[in-house]
Amino acid sequence: MATDVSPLRQDRAHMPARPERAALPDAAATAAGRVRHVPIGVPDMAVLIRRHAPTLLLMPALLLLVGLFVVPVLRLVGLSFEGSSGAFDHYMRIVDRPVYLQVLQRTFLTSAATAVLCALIGYPVAYRLATGSNRTRLLLLALILIPFWTNLLVLCYGWLIVLNPQGALNALLLKLGLVSTPIPMSGNIVGVLVGMVQTMLPYAILPVAANMARIDERVLMAARSLGAPPLQVFLRAYLPMTLPGVIAGALLVFIMSIGFFVIPAILGGTRDIFIAQLIEMNINRIMNWGFAAALSTIVLVATLVLYAVGVRWFRLGTVWGQS
Amino acid sequence: MTPRRPLQIVITVLVVLVMIMMVLPNIIIIPASFGGEDYIIFPPRSLSTKWYEAFISLPNWRHATVNSFLVASCSAISATVIGTLAGLGLVRLAPRMRSLVMSVFLLPTIVPTIITAVALYGLLAGTGLREGIFGVVVGHTIIALPFVVINVVAALQRMDMRLEHSARSLGASPWRAFYHVTLPIIWPGVAAGALFAFLTSFSEIVLSLFLTTGSSTTLPVQMWSGIRFEINPIVAAASSLFVVLSCIMLLLIGMLRRKGETTA
Repeated sequence: MATDVSPLRQDRAHMPARPERAALPDAAATAAGRVRHVPIGVPDMAVLIRRHAPTLLLMPALLLLVGLFVVPVLRLVGLSFEGSSGAFDHYMRIVDRPVYLQVLQRTFLTSAATAVLCALIGYPVAYRLATGSNRTRLLLLALILIPFWTNLLVLCYGWLIVLNPQGALNALLLKLGLVSTPIPMSGNIVGVLVGMVQTMLPYAILPVAANMARIDERVLMAARSLGAPPLQVFLRAYLPMTLPGVIAGALLVFIMSIGFFVIPAILGGTRDIFIAQLIEMNINRIMNWGFAAALSTIVLVATLVLYAVGVRWFRLGTVWGQS
Repeated sequence: MTPRRPLQIVITVLVVLVMIMMVLPNIIIIPASFGGEDYIIFPPRSLSTKWYEAFISLPNWRHATVNSFLVASCSAISATVIGTLAGLGLVRLAPRMRSLVMSVFLLPTIVPTIITAVALYGLLAGTGLREGIFGVVVGHTIIALPFVVINVVAALQRMDMRLEHSARSLGASPWRAFYHVTLPIIWPGVAAGALFAFLTSFSEIVLSLFLTTGSSTTLPVQMWSGIRFEINPIVAAASSLFVVLSCIMLLLIGMLRRKGETTA
């Protein structure tokens, strides 16, 4: 989304008497004989509609979102507090059983690992994206955006073909003599990490690249001309200037990874499940809605709180516009 | 830049490796789908089109494909209409109000899909509305809406709003002004939003898993069971369809982007 709104503001400044707000019918409309004469004191429907045009235009979308998204989600949160013996029944069950805490821990740790890996891998790519020639930039951008355009199932299936013990990568490694027995790279955390890093990488690259493109080359030149060796220039000038973008991107990756369902379900092991899979199981197989609602509430609160923190302190809102 | 040559080479190698990782699962699908074996293997030992033939001839796969196109079309149309109206409303709001409403519109992209799916499933479960495609279309519309709004708002912000104001001050009704002035200028943005919405709906799996019933199964749901429960190479054939479709959409959106920049 373009964040530049200045042309619009200018328009408003130039137009003190905007037609839709004008209390009196304008000359052209009068001349055209299309002005309706309404008795004084009776609200004119046309004027009312005109005055509330933005609200009316937004109404279908807001009704849809509030009625079929916000309200159902709040109902779900409400459901999580309806235990048989107390409001926090379901939450107590999560805290009491180590197996559920393990799932929570696994989900958050894997999400954090994905965020760190994306930040590390994404940094040099972002650098090339920001500083490369026009052709390099276009090519890189097209390749980076591939996960956005690909069905998640297709990506997962592709990774299964690459990573499974009889898969392409193992065949290659065996042929090269680098390993003697196939390494299991799917059905475990390795597969999950590969899939998650690939799909989340764009979110870590784009904000950093945008940040790097804005850097004033003269600062680096100044550092160099003052005698700083390349490593010093990087550590004390370049890195500090690009770090906010890196943190924003990594935070976004972390937030979005918490609710992942498809990748862990397909590329992960059957025993190492994530929160989203636990939610799905509790609804489709065990039919324990209250418990699923409690798990959902935990994911929801974690996501929204982290997002709010990101927007407030790391300019996360602007990151979103990149995709 | 000469003293930093070795570093530049290291960066280049790293970038190339990462880019291979980005394309690998996509490009491996197509050759794998032409394998002649009864299981998926890469590189395939013999070539055949039998998995494509199976994809076309098996009624459940064909049915799911038709459903997917139907659901994606319905969702794209409703998301485009509702989202375009919303975009037109958004640019008329004061900047502070606009960013507030915008963040409400972005909520479905921030809230994990699994939560949206479970919540909507809970709402529709007891009712008859979950039968047929209504539930899925509603869910997909919610998910697709932000893409339309973002594209329409971007197009409107590139446009000179004085054109619409002049039309209105010359006596055009709001509808006439929109149809004859605004729409011809912003249509590439609207169309791009519609394509985004279509692709989002066509690929969406988590919502579909919860909101489809047997008769309304979509292609991703069919693929899901193909991957999870039977490791069926038909999935590779279906995946190729997705790869091709994504490429077509990408080209169309690219063309619309260029068009949008010249008309606005």
